[in-house]
Amino acid sequence: MKFGVVVFPGTWSDRDCGWVIDQVLGAELTYLWHKDADLKGCDCVILPGGFAYGDYLRTGAIARFAPVMEQIGEFADRGGLVWGICNGFQVLCEAGLLPGALIRNASLEFRCEWTNLVVERTDLPFTSRCEEREVLRVPIAHGEGSYFADPATLSRLEQRGQVVFRYCDPGGRVVPAANPNGSLHNIAGIVNARGNVLGMMPHPERCSEAELGGTDGLKLFRSVAENALKVLVS
Amino acid sequence: MIARVIVTPKPVVNDPQGITVKQGLASLGFREVVDVRVGKYIEVNLEGSSEHEARQRVEAMCRQLLANHVIEDFRFDIEPEHKRR
Repeated sequence: MKFGVVVFPGTWSDRDCGWVIDQVLGAELTYLWHKDADLKGCDCVILPGGFAYGDYLRTGAIARFAPVMEQIGEFADRGGLVWGICNGFQVLCEAGLLPGALIRNASLEFRCEWTNLVVERTDLPFTSRCEEREVLRVPIAHGEGSYFADPATLSRLEQRGQVVFRYCDPGGRVVPAANPNGSLHNIAGIVNARGNVLGMMPHPERCSEAELGGTDGLKLFRSVAENALKVLVS
Repeated sequence: MIARVIVTPKPVVNDPQGITVKQGLASLGFREVVDVRVGKYIEVNLEGSSEHEARQRVEAMCRQLLANHVIEDFRFDIEPEHKRR
């Protein structure tokens, strides 16, 4: 099981993800530079948080032209696991690997705080270690994390069960007060129709050790580590 | 030739920046302001080509990069070089 963590100029959560993978989880880790033309045999590719290419024009708009993105698109097409966290989610939307877009938070503020997420899918390689409708405590840190999609796309996502995480209160109720950024339907994370490309705004890599205030994020890394080998990359 | 591209948030997209600017204008006494939308202005300098061709090229630039069709609308004008003095 080998994780690849993509590094663009301006990425800032690559080492946090790397630490969880090789120090906490004990899995194999390699960093993928944005100019890399191959994925070095990774079983799961993580697009971490930050401000790739300075988020010039729009968040993730320039990153999608990086050579490594072409490889990631083909990898995703073959069924490989791709996991976008925060800026990585924005990049996946701009690249067309996930539907919708992330826009400026409704508050206009950069929000850096703990959130509660209700897990709506546990049959995915990313969430198999979670309980049905489990509430995870995971921090966010973003200025542009408000999920938007047109009504047709949104209803398609809901019908197909592609919403994986929703902001909720500590009791698991999806209420407006628990929504930190104005995301439609309190959406914090979605998966593609095939179930192998996940995008989420909260940062599981920042809550994978007790010293950091919580370990809920580690459940996602453990899930991937367990399942990546079962995923058949054709 | 110069293309002047204006990118705006789609009407259905919440624009918190616009709402905040509207509130600011209201507090300055501009009570007549009904709505404000904040977008982007992009100037693209192009070489050669006819105005017709430039229009097609800029349209493609907008669709492929300058605007995100999920959340933004765009419009643009093409100004021939000789008018720029």
